[in-house]
Amino acid sequence: MRTRFQLGLDELREKLLKMGGMAEQAVDRACQAYRERDLTLCRRVLENESLINAAEREIDGIALDLLAMQQPMAIDLRFILAVVKINADLERVGDQAVNIAERVMDMMELPAAELPVDVPRMASAASAMVQRALESFIEGKAELAQAVLEMDNVVDRMRDEAFISLVRTMNQNPAITRQALDALLIARNLERVADHATNIAEDVIFWVRGADVRHSFGLQSSLGGAS
Amino acid sequence: MGVGIEVEGLNAWFGATQALHGIAMRIAPNHATAIIGPSGCGKSTFVRCLNRMHETLPETRVVGRVRIGDLDVYGNGTPAVQVRRHVGMVFQKPNPFPAMSIYDNVAAGLKLNGFRDKARLDEIVERSLRMAALWDEVKDSLKKKSGASLSGGQQQRLCIARALAVEPNVLLMDEPASALDPISTGKIEDLIFQLKENYTIVIVTHNMQQAARVAEFTGFFLLGKLIEFDKTEKIFTNPSDKRTEDYITGRFG
Repeated sequence: MRTRFQLGLDELREKLLKMGGMAEQAVDRACQAYRERDLTLCRRVLENESLINAAEREIDGIALDLLAMQQPMAIDLRFILAVVKINADLERVGDQAVNIAERVMDMMELPAAELPVDVPRMASAASAMVQRALESFIEGKAELAQAVLEMDNVVDRMRDEAFISLVRTMNQNPAITRQALDALLIARNLERVADHATNIAEDVIFWVRGADVRHSFGLQSSLGGAS
Repeated sequence: MGVGIEVEGLNAWFGATQALHGIAMRIAPNHATAIIGPSGCGKSTFVRCLNRMHETLPETRVVGRVRIGDLDVYGNGTPAVQVRRHVGMVFQKPNPFPAMSIYDNVAAGLKLNGFRDKARLDEIVERSLRMAALWDEVKDSLKKKSGASLSGGQQQRLCIARALAVEPNVLLMDEPASALDPISTGKIEDLIFQLKENYTIVIVTHNMQQAARVAEFTGFFLLGKLIEFDKTEKIFTNPSDKRTEDYITGRFG
């Protein structure tokens, strides 16, 4: 057993989970800010972005060191590769939270408007996807990750419905076009969060099973393809 | 040209101790195949069975079938010398004949077989040294310098040239770079890559990165058994057997 190497892998796992927690919290805070029209929460999301960015750099640095010094193989190699990719996705989740917070800040400068979109419901679906993707990473279970992939369609559908009803609102009531546009962008940001959760789940499957399931190639396309 | 190697039901013993258990393997022609595994797993014994070197040790025994191209290695009446003419071997420690010149080192095998055509011999020595990527470094001192005067890396390439001079179809390499520095190792690895065009190469190595760099196929041996044999990228990214994974990730034992 290579103790130093194992410690490095454990450190990577721990840092990534911490970062996952920060990204998830950022999305939740941004959505809470939307519900409660809370400027302070918006600012906290913006401030915390730099912490997520710093975590991204730190994780990439540890992964690079492990690749260079330990020459990992097989499941360890796939783990580190998956961590690097999940890391990038989590950083993007943080960016989406910032985008949402900025839209909320814009909306708060405008009169409150009744909008035909259930942002909290969509937020909770997207957030649950991130949470479950991270759970599948913690447990190292491809079945949990697979379940996340199946949730993506639900969020896509919510985004499509939001788009149709918000465009209709803009046509019917041009006075609240800007508010509707902000809500539309928030729906799109949440759909992106769900996409990043999907990527994370795909990376977990790659790590655990050695199978590349991206872009609907399915679980049968395994690495290396021994004939 | 390289030829394929077919191994079936190969068993080998040292006295009462069985070192290989029913090995079956098809080694592709003109490719490099790496054999990996922990010390004592039988990987060196395996390659030594391919050119009938195992039987040169006392109280050893081999049962099974090995075909190298059309040659039935353990067939009745197949002389070991004939097998070894088709199968060159390079060892961990470079072992040039110390008292011989560089030229004579390369020509030794042919001279031993009674080859006397001097002009042709010159040609073969040059061609072998070129193939071993050593020609440019030694061409001005072929008969002046002894094999032992070369650096370790050069000596190993000299041994490769010596093996190539008898025009084998297969080249067996048992840890050919483990005693060399990274520059010399790099040269040997580049060489393996080029030699694949004309030879079938089987390389035993403890260095898994080396296996990954030079070989298209890799076999993992453990306790005298072939645990897994597959494309190298499959073995090193997603092996099928847990024991292979434990070994290559350093979790073995």
